[in-house]
Amino acid sequence: MISRTFALLKKDLLLEFRQQHTFYGILLYIASTIFVIYLSIDKPDAIVWNGLFWVIQLFISVNAVAKSFLQESRGKMLYFYTLVSPVEFVIAKIVYNIVLMILMSLISLGLFFLFLGNPVNDAAWFTAMVVLGGASISMVFTLMSAIAAKAQQNAALIAILGFPVILPQLLLLMRLSKVAFAEVFREGMVLQLAGLIIGLDVLVMAMAVILFPYLWKD
Amino acid sequence: MKKAWWKILALLLLVYTVVGGFLMDVPRLPILNETIRNLYFHVCMWFGMMILFIISFIYSVKYLRGFNLRNDIYAHHFAAVGTFFGILGYVTGTIWANYTWITDQSQSLGSVLKEPKLIGAAIAILIYGAYFVLRGSFTDMDKKARVSAVYNIFAFALLFPSIWIIPRMVGSLHPGAPGSDSGNPALNFKDIDSRLRMVFYPAVIGWTLLGVWIATLKIRIQLIRDKNLINE
Repeated sequence: MISRTFALLKKDLLLEFRQQHTFYGILLYIASTIFVIYLSIDKPDAIVWNGLFWVIQLFISVNAVAKSFLQESRGKMLYFYTLVSPVEFVIAKIVYNIVLMILMSLISLGLFFLFLGNPVNDAAWFTAMVVLGGASISMVFTLMSAIAAKAQQNAALIAILGFPVILPQLLLLMRLSKVAFAEVFREGMVLQLAGLIIGLDVLVMAMAVILFPYLWKD
Repeated sequence: MKKAWWKILALLLLVYTVVGGFLMDVPRLPILNETIRNLYFHVCMWFGMMILFIISFIYSVKYLRGFNLRNDIYAHHFAAVGTFFGILGYVTGTIWANYTWITDQSQSLGSVLKEPKLIGAAIAILIYGAYFVLRGSFTDMDKKARVSAVYNIFAFALLFPSIWIIPRMVGSLHPGAPGSDSGNPALNFKDIDSRLRMVFYPAVIGWTLLGVWIATLKIRIQLIRDKNLINE
């Protein structure tokens, strides 16, 4: 099972290397969005900076993850259907999207530092938050993308379906990342919040593994 | 008539709620004063909503276990009535907040909207709004039923912590948030005066039964409409 999951993961990564235009497309999307923000507000203060960063993450995720299921044609899906089990397939997709999203998040973090200044006191903590957040957001949107692909809809439906579902995690992430802006928390609160985010991630993963087989059959 | 006992019960309980709720004695607390009577309406709406969503969730699971379209219709209409109750909960809450939370006139409702409980409620309504949009985007009935059942289960699983766990961890204007003396947001059963309890518990049961009643009516209409599609 693990070997087949790896094979699927390798196939997605290879596809990314061969068809680099999608990767660069998202990069350009990130760069231009952040540039627009830079032109409209010069040096936002810490609260605005934090809020903008996470909202941008959300939109990057919609764009980056959306194609993961939409790009698979019907024939290709049928081919995978004969080869692998749905659980292997969805795990491979999720892992691939996590890797992609973490990479994109780190790039956008760099661009934020470059263009919008650096109000972050504890850069290491914020980077850790970005990695955790990127992983959480991409997981939820992978499943949403699978659902939207079934409805033969575009990225708009992914946003409609995904935003309310990701909201609790996003709020927790925004709150927790305030640690990096030297906000003082009640003792034990940080650990509690981080635990809750990771707990939600586990829940999302479990739901994806349980529910994807039902989406898979046609 | 045998099957109608719970409908009669719902009617009696609601008559009792309205009459008792407006006429019986209530404790007079600072700020709250007589608005405490809204407890019989506002809080019951949220109870009803949550119970209806749980029923909808159960029917979605049942649908995925047997692919019986009947269960999908159940899940859809329970979610619809649940959402309606959620909106009513919002409306009754707005009226209540207007008299208790907003102290001076310059303070707008926007300043209290960022309340954790309100965010949870907003997420719930948005999720079920998305659920109906998703249902609308299919033409194939079986596919619609299957995919929307998947979304319903997934969304409900994430809705649960955002309503029941997160509000317990952050400050809130609702009674019972951390910082105030009890651990339960919105409601602490030990705090409630026995005079309130006498109306409140029947009210919860009455409103929930009414919600189930509305849902069953909608389901029966839908079942008649789709009679030739559902093969038993």
